[in-house]
Amino acid sequence: MRVNDYLQVIIFCLVLIGLTPPLGLYMARVFEGKKTVMSPVMGWLENLLYRLCGINQNEEMDWKIYTKALLYFNLLGFLFLFVLQLAQKILPLNPANLPNVAWDSAFNTAASFMTNTNWQSYAGETTMSYLTQMIGLTVQNFLSAATGITVFLALTRGLISKSKSSLGNFWVDMVRSLIYVLLPLSILLAVILNSQGVVQTLSSYKDATTLQGANQTIPLGPAASQIAIKQLGTNGGGFFNANSAHPFENPTPLANFLEVLAILLIPAALVYSYGVMIGNRKHGWLLFFVMFAIFALGLGLALWSEYSISSATIHEGQEVRLGITNSVLWMTATTCASNGSVNAMYSSLTPLAGGVAMFNIMLGEVVFGGVGSGLYGMLHIVLLTVFLAGLMVGRTPEYLGKKIERKEVQMVILSILLPSAAILIGAGIACVLPVALSSLSSKGPHGLSEILYAFTSASQNNGSAFAGLNANTVFYNVVLGLCMIIGRFGVIIPAMVIAGSLAVKRITPVGSGTFATDNFLFAALLVGVLIIVGVLTFFPALSLGPLVEHLLMLKGRGF
Amino acid sequence: MTKTIETNNNMIILTAVKDSFLKLNPKEEMRNPVMFVTFICSAITTVFFFRHLYGGVFSLFELLISIWLWFTVLFANFAEALAEGRGKAQAESLKKSRKEVMARLLVNDKETVIPAGKLKKNDVVVCEANDIIPADGEVIEGIASVDESAITGESAPVIRESGGDRSAVTGGTKVISDRVVIRITADPGGNFIDRMIALIEGAKRQRTPNEIALSIVLSGLTIIFLLAVATLKLFADYSGAAAGQDLSSIVTVPVLVSLLVCLIPTTIGGLLSAIGIAGMDRLIRRHVIAKSGRAVEAAGDIDVLLLDKTGTITLGNRMASDFIPAAGVEQKKLAEVAQLSSLSDETPEGRSIVVLAKEKFELRAQSLHSNEATFIPFSASTQMSGVDFHEKDKKVYRSIRKGAVEAIKKDVEARGGSFPSNLEAEARKVSSSGGTPLAVSDDNKVLGIIHLKDIVKGGIKERFRELRKMGIRTVMITGDNPITAAAIAAEAGVDDFIAQATPESKMDRISREQAGGHLVAMTGDGTNDAPALAQADVGVTMNTGTQAAREAGNMVDLESNPTKLIEIVEIGKQLLMTRGALTTFSIANDVAKYFAIIPAMFGMLYAGQNEVRGPLAILNIMQLHSPLSAILSAVIFNAIIIVILIPLALRGVAYHSESARTLLRRNLQIYGLGGLVAPFIGIKLIDILIVWLKVVQ
Repeated sequence: MRVNDYLQVIIFCLVLIGLTPPLGLYMARVFEGKKTVMSPVMGWLENLLYRLCGINQNEEMDWKIYTKALLYFNLLGFLFLFVLQLAQKILPLNPANLPNVAWDSAFNTAASFMTNTNWQSYAGETTMSYLTQMIGLTVQNFLSAATGITVFLALTRGLISKSKSSLGNFWVDMVRSLIYVLLPLSILLAVILNSQGVVQTLSSYKDATTLQGANQTIPLGPAASQIAIKQLGTNGGGFFNANSAHPFENPTPLANFLEVLAILLIPAALVYSYGVMIGNRKHGWLLFFVMFAIFALGLGLALWSEYSISSATIHEGQEVRLGITNSVLWMTATTCASNGSVNAMYSSLTPLAGGVAMFNIMLGEVVFGGVGSGLYGMLHIVLLTVFLAGLMVGRTPEYLGKKIERKEVQMVILSILLPSAAILIGAGIACVLPVALSSLSSKGPHGLSEILYAFTSASQNNGSAFAGLNANTVFYNVVLGLCMIIGRFGVIIPAMVIAGSLAVKRITPVGSGTFATDNFLFAALLVGVLIIVGVLTFFPALSLGPLVEHLLMLKGRGF
Repeated sequence: MTKTIETNNNMIILTAVKDSFLKLNPKEEMRNPVMFVTFICSAITTVFFFRHLYGGVFSLFELLISIWLWFTVLFANFAEALAEGRGKAQAESLKKSRKEVMARLLVNDKETVIPAGKLKKNDVVVCEANDIIPADGEVIEGIASVDESAITGESAPVIRESGGDRSAVTGGTKVISDRVVIRITADPGGNFIDRMIALIEGAKRQRTPNEIALSIVLSGLTIIFLLAVATLKLFADYSGAAAGQDLSSIVTVPVLVSLLVCLIPTTIGGLLSAIGIAGMDRLIRRHVIAKSGRAVEAAGDIDVLLLDKTGTITLGNRMASDFIPAAGVEQKKLAEVAQLSSLSDETPEGRSIVVLAKEKFELRAQSLHSNEATFIPFSASTQMSGVDFHEKDKKVYRSIRKGAVEAIKKDVEARGGSFPSNLEAEARKVSSSGGTPLAVSDDNKVLGIIHLKDIVKGGIKERFRELRKMGIRTVMITGDNPITAAAIAAEAGVDDFIAQATPESKMDRISREQAGGHLVAMTGDGTNDAPALAQADVGVTMNTGTQAAREAGNMVDLESNPTKLIEIVEIGKQLLMTRGALTTFSIANDVAKYFAIIPAMFGMLYAGQNEVRGPLAILNIMQLHSPLSAILSAVIFNAIIIVILIPLALRGVAYHSESARTLLRRNLQIYGLGGLVAPFIGIKLIDILIVWLKVVQ
């Protein structure tokens, strides 16, 4: 690594940490319904939406009503996107005259964009019409991110509520997340990206003649507007197949810097908002630095692996336009944050760096994680840590004064179990099913990594692909689609049940007999529990995939 | 009781060994999901062993794995049986006290003798000296001394009398003197001693909320490991095919099953119920009967203690500490008169005055003859006691009185004297320091005042400091006025007090603390304490208390020692800590087991043509001898660790009154770090032993 590489990484971290408090504070005020700088600008829109949709701002919802609203809303989004793809041929804004999407691919894509996974088994420019990209995919990019925020808000309110069942109002939370947070930031980012050369047009694909005289079709489209939210909403579904490795999605170093920053920006700031909302900023910072530490650890390991091993075969396929450092930085951010966008192909990473990517996702996308979803996922791990370690101080475990009992523990375990089960069972079956194995481009341990990565990415709603695996088959489309749904709602529903159960509990005041959650010891414990749960669950699978591949590579055997 | 247990120790272990086999019944094992999975795994390996044997292949490895898996199940059963056994021994001795008692039933003033088992609620029975009280009840007539050693272990007899707070009697105890009439308050089988036996035997043991929550975590982990191991077979098949190797000789069902059993939390799973039973048992050893395990757990969460001043914080009685004479009176004179007034006063206060006078001025107690003096006992209406000296014709010539300042003042004024104003100031000073002033008068002259002082128990202040460190606030309850209460509270170091306490004010305080999110414990004995005892999260009733109070609380202290509350809290905390510590230990163990079994299974995978080892062999950091020895060692360690930890599970982890932070740090070091390191050492040692014994290759 050169000085320049170190500087890029350090500047990235500093900007991220620097932006966290102001944005976090702003969001906390938005979610608490307080006045902010944006109120005069967007307030009219908020009220208009309430009136238009018949939303009663003051209606309080308990966990059941809140969850029901959330589920119906998501189902509606899913159906709309599914039908849109099946009918895009006859709908307008289809200059390339693309055919209807196959049912299995349409199911996979609808599930993928509803669940904030944004796994893409299709290639954008040859599959989706402008209309589908704009009112289908881009809209879901916003809505799925906002859904994550609403769940986080409900859970937070459950934690701070004093013995009442209300968790707020789903519609209000949804509207506020959209128009005060996601929309303004996306517009800002889209405009800047556009200035850097990201395309934004409704005109049709251009034909060009190359220097060799060959004919080339250059795909265009309204990309900048989708890419902004793709990054900010931890979505990751690229407009083009090459995602952010494509020069029209990611043209300049500045664009690259902003796009990778946008991946972690909101998830990181939300941790600060959480600290503000629970009235314990110290605890908020603690969670932030636990996440940051794991992020930094993974980043360091991956960079070390990429730079220390110099063998000709290993540099196959590496991204040279933005460089290794930026590829690895992006990789670490996107796998930590449930984003799934790529600016290089991970299949070409060293096995260890690829393993870091996979392990980041296996941790459950809680290292910053998806917008909202990362934090509520992390809170599940916090509850598990509190339960296990809290017993050791001789009291019924409690978090923020709320007792962690049977119901909470049950739901926490369920939320860890369901995605893990989807990964292991899915990948296990794919490993022995001929129809699944035929999609592999590599054999040996790398093939296992490809399969494992696909199921991990889908079940934890990351959406990044290892590449190398042809996932656009009926088997993968259907099974991975189901994995995404299990991985998303298998965590959301437990989170909502926990919110409902905690909301009605009374708050035990803090004393010296209380298990403290805002000191270094707790941070260390949290990291320990997080990694041990991840390692214990996936160590056997990882050892036969990336680990053995890495060891073989050291012996000079590549796959 | 303790003695019986020790002599029966060998018996208990033998019975527990027998019971651990009896518990090998699927229905019984199903109650514990972790051990049930182990049970199934043992059965599977056994089937494999016999199938291969039938096919003509004797696999020593499979036999050994089967045996050690069965041991794992048996060891867990043994832990539970041992915990239960200790209780059963106690129950036996209790049952003896219950056998075949005859009751003297009283119907219309006529006695009939019937077996105690036939008594119903509201029957009335008579008991005289040497009768065993046939069932729980309330004394409605008479007074008697009762030997309650059968249930309390305390040999000194106690007084039981009708009315008041000492009316409850317990079936199975023995009347030593006098005669009482008792109204029965329990139906057959519902007696205190019956319930106690049921509790100790663990027959009615219900799992407590925290235990259930922990079981859920353990079951969840078990399912995750089940998935990890089941899918490992599929990944192994893929890898074997990809490497062109045949792994079927090492990735076998018995090996996978061994991995599963090693990974699932068998250590805590096997000891969980023993920990719960032992917690109850520790309470019983301190002569406290909890009506439910829930109450024991709640005790660990307590953060406010309501303590009665008298008997808990201060010694039961006030003691004379000083003589303050009125102007112009010698201190010695005051002491002399005060002593005279108290000679026949048998109350502890009275005796303390005699003793103080003797200590200070060497005044020997004179004996008064009844023909020259009459003792005037204390009465609530006069608020005074004293002595009258009289001629033979009963004409009183001298009256000595001592009593409350107000009462003496009135008395002296009635006799034409007056109360010196400077003495009134002195009296106020005594009051404000937490003492009680007792004025002494000789006819119409006030001689001075005696300073009666509440003596705070030795060591109690340090106890409260420890409690504060643990995050527990203490609130003193007293009938004293606020000034006196404040002074004693300051001296004892309690955090708060309720002066002039009434049942309502106690109840009010508890509700207020609970509304603020606190968990409250209190002790009580009187009927008027019943509502507060019921309201408190942990209500400990003194065994001397009334039946109503005993019903209201969720624990009964057989020794009637109010300080016991503090120990109860510690036992509750210890119970939870033991669970947490062993869970942490159990999970931390898994890391080493992966390092033993994964390289054993896949050490050869992707090995080059001329290589003896594949790349994953480097995970064998313990340098275990061979794949089979590695797997066997891990399985044996996994089984043995249960036995090694049984004493800890029964005794509970060491507990000190410390802040949560210190406790956590220490427990993490011992059980977290220890749990990580111990199996590496243990498995390696077992491996060396196996190789030395040439058990497997």
